[in-house]
Amino acid sequence: MQKQEKTVCQWNWISRKVKGVDMCETKDVLILAIESSCDETAAAVIKNGREVLSNIISSQIDIHKLYGGVVPEIASRKHIEKINQVIEEALKEAETTLDDIDAVGVTYGPGLVGALLVGVAEAKAIAYAKNIPLIGVHHIEGHISANYIENKDLEPPFSCLVVSGGHTHLVRVKGYGEYEILGRTRDDAAGEAFDKVARAVGLGYPGGPKIEKLSKEGNPYAIAFPKARIADSPYDFSFSGVKSAVLNYINGCQMKGEPYNQADIAASFQKAVIDVLIENAMHAADEFGMDKFAIAGGVASNSTLRNAMKEACEKKGIRFFYPSPVYCTDNAAMIGVAAYYEYRKGTRHGWDLNAVPNLKLGER
Amino acid sequence: MRVLALDSSGLVAAVAIVEEEQTIAEYTINYKKTHSQTLLPMLDEIVRMTEMDLTTVDAIAVAGGPGSFTGLRIGSATAKGLGLALNKPLIHIPTLEGMAYNLYGSTSVICPMMDARRNQVYTGLYQFSDGSLKVLEGQTAIAVEELIEKLNESGREVIFLGDGVPVYAEKLREGLSIPYTFAPANMNRQRAASVGLLGLEYLKAGKTEPAEAHQPNYLRPSQAERERAERERVKGQVI
Repeated sequence: MQKQEKTVCQWNWISRKVKGVDMCETKDVLILAIESSCDETAAAVIKNGREVLSNIISSQIDIHKLYGGVVPEIASRKHIEKINQVIEEALKEAETTLDDIDAVGVTYGPGLVGALLVGVAEAKAIAYAKNIPLIGVHHIEGHISANYIENKDLEPPFSCLVVSGGHTHLVRVKGYGEYEILGRTRDDAAGEAFDKVARAVGLGYPGGPKIEKLSKEGNPYAIAFPKARIADSPYDFSFSGVKSAVLNYINGCQMKGEPYNQADIAASFQKAVIDVLIENAMHAADEFGMDKFAIAGGVASNSTLRNAMKEACEKKGIRFFYPSPVYCTDNAAMIGVAAYYEYRKGTRHGWDLNAVPNLKLGER
Repeated sequence: MRVLALDSSGLVAAVAIVEEEQTIAEYTINYKKTHSQTLLPMLDEIVRMTEMDLTTVDAIAVAGGPGSFTGLRIGSATAKGLGLALNKPLIHIPTLEGMAYNLYGSTSVICPMMDARRNQVYTGLYQFSDGSLKVLEGQTAIAVEELIEKLNESGREVIFLGDGVPVYAEKLREGLSIPYTFAPANMNRQRAASVGLLGLEYLKAGKTEPAEAHQPNYLRPSQAERERAERERVKGQVI
């Protein structure tokens, strides 16, 4: 049954090219998307790849705050408690039912394996019971695809900086679902460094928004934290050095009994991270002659980063794209968008789809 | 009435479709592949083989715990997704009660045991009387030594089953002073047909739940919760 479906849609796709008429486009395509890779249980309904009919997110952050970070087993347990309610709410808000859904898209990696498995098993069961295609989506491809939601004219090729608690990637989007990784972090993700520094400064979890807020009261030039560059690969990142420098700075002050200014540390640290992100991104822009640049991921909601990146892009005459904060943090709408383009390409996963915690970008 | 049953609580992945008078299909795999890769393809296989229309099932029974945390969630999420899409209620079958049902008609006390690690077993005590399964001791996680002591005190004949048996066979042989047997290999692990038949009894008794309300019964808090509770307890004592 599944195979037949695949052939039909591929045929439509081919016939579009032949006749210039897209048979897939004659009917609206509704995708139900599910995301459970970390600590948000999320479901969304996406129409024709760009229109968000609903985007429901159940956050577990208050529970994980008690532990100073995401606890995988607790995250998995919360996902299974909430997942049906979240899906039902997404369908209700979209004013649709499963009978009208054309395919189910689900994040199958990367992420916490136990957390991913809840969404994957649920998505498989729904797609199976409804006899509709199942499409596994790469979480980062989802983040990148979030840019399509509000920028209706954005189409590949473009470049994208993905920055979140788990990922720091500089990616060239060559086509829908076609990615080339230019650079990645060698150690901590940018968001991870924010979390660790926030903990050291005594701000608590999650660190990103707290550092950003406190930075507004501090002097970003107060302390010169190191900006790591990787000699042989100009687009790679390293954030463990700057994180250690902050920890050493605080330790040094404490040992000498000197007071330190939290806000200055936050602002200076944030500047060190953002400077490197922009330098590498702009270096890539020069090298590859890009005219469109996007950011994605949880850290992309940091307004200082957005403004600085916007300014840097404007200087070079590059069009800059970014999603609203709600589409930057983990959500299912972005997964639905990515799933739509995979659906159009004929991607179908089998009932044996498994969670892949270390799934590589562009790998299928 | 017709029940679809799933059990992925342990190493075994099992699916079945049962009715009051017959088992229509039963598929068991006891192999190291993850349940995420096996459970739904197995269901697909029995559905195709029996040309089953899944909308004709009355409820979906699932072994709800205890067991491997991840395994339980794969079974539960599968059952919840099916329940949501087919608009069918779920039946939460305690894993060990489902296993005990394998030994229908046994006159011994039935003791299913699963290896719970940390020197504990998930276990419970069951008995058939008047054709139905009675719970003598509800499922719990205890040290195997404690279980042995309890069984010796009761003085009754016991039959064991479950993946805890090979792990603790030596301790059982050494410690037990009562007559006992180990269930044979055709009935000593989780069986979905048993979950389904017990599910039918639950269904008739009205013991179902909406798919959205279902969640596994782990019998244990997560390690992080346990450690945090311990820290809080110590802190409380200091103050």
